[in-house]
Amino acid sequence: MRAAVIQFPGSNCDRDMAVAMDRVSGHNKPTQLIWHKESTLPDGLDIIAIPGGFSFGDYLRCGAIAARSPIMRSVIDFANKGGFVLGVCNGFQVLTESGLLPGALMRNANLKFICKDAGLRVETSDSVFTSAYKKGAVVNVPVAHHDGNYNADPETLKTLIGDDRIAFRYAENPNGSMDDIAGILSDNRRVLGMMPHPERLNDPQLGGTDGAKLFESIASALVSA
Amino acid sequence: MKARVHVTLKAGVLDPQGAAVRHSLGALGFEGVERVRQGKVIELELAETDAAKAEASVKEMCEKLLSNTVIENYTVEIL
Repeated sequence: MRAAVIQFPGSNCDRDMAVAMDRVSGHNKPTQLIWHKESTLPDGLDIIAIPGGFSFGDYLRCGAIAARSPIMRSVIDFANKGGFVLGVCNGFQVLTESGLLPGALMRNANLKFICKDAGLRVETSDSVFTSAYKKGAVVNVPVAHHDGNYNADPETLKTLIGDDRIAFRYAENPNGSMDDIAGILSDNRRVLGMMPHPERLNDPQLGGTDGAKLFESIASALVSA
Repeated sequence: MKARVHVTLKAGVLDPQGAAVRHSLGALGFEGVERVRQGKVIELELAETDAAKAEASVKEMCEKLLSNTVIENYTVEIL
């Protein structure tokens, strides 16, 4: 599996994400880190991750400026051709700002930065990202965000529910997110955006492995035998 | 030529910051504030001298970057 992680000024989960991808990639070639000013992607990528952090200082709106950076034009093309894209936290915000996922992530309802472990219910195992989880399982994954309050118009929400595109819901809603949404899939199920950080709970030495199954799911689909 | 853009949340989109401001006004003794909606003002200085062209250009900026039309409305004033 060939993975790449996009780096913006202010990204801070890029290396953790690369380590998580490396663990499952099935070879010794490190995950490529790609600077936002690049305009083209390396050939032959299987998956691109947009990491967490505070790209461009969260100026204007979280993820807004990153979503218009040169590399994102290529990421959007990659996704439109059926490529797999994972956006975590600020990466989820970048994906909604770039139009790859519907809706928007707004300021947390309590206006506070929330940094804690959150119970997440796996709502579908029908995706490359969640196939190793059991539908309905509750896993513990850290959240760390100020703007994770998912908002979409009623039609969009209805479509997300009807098409089984809600990947994760919070067991206890920490941020006011509509319908307890923590992560959603694109209509081709190949783009996942989620606020919680699976890459931060990926090794017993980090305190748990509930996030590891997400990367194992990806690998089981994308690592060729 | 100058332009001023007002970006506001669409009706129906929850505004937790506006709600917090309303509560704080109440705590300061300002009664009867029934609703507060918070937005942004963005001022631009443009090289363009034709008002109609400037307005069209700023509207395009709003669509592409300055506002998120999923949750926000914008208005453009040419000054």
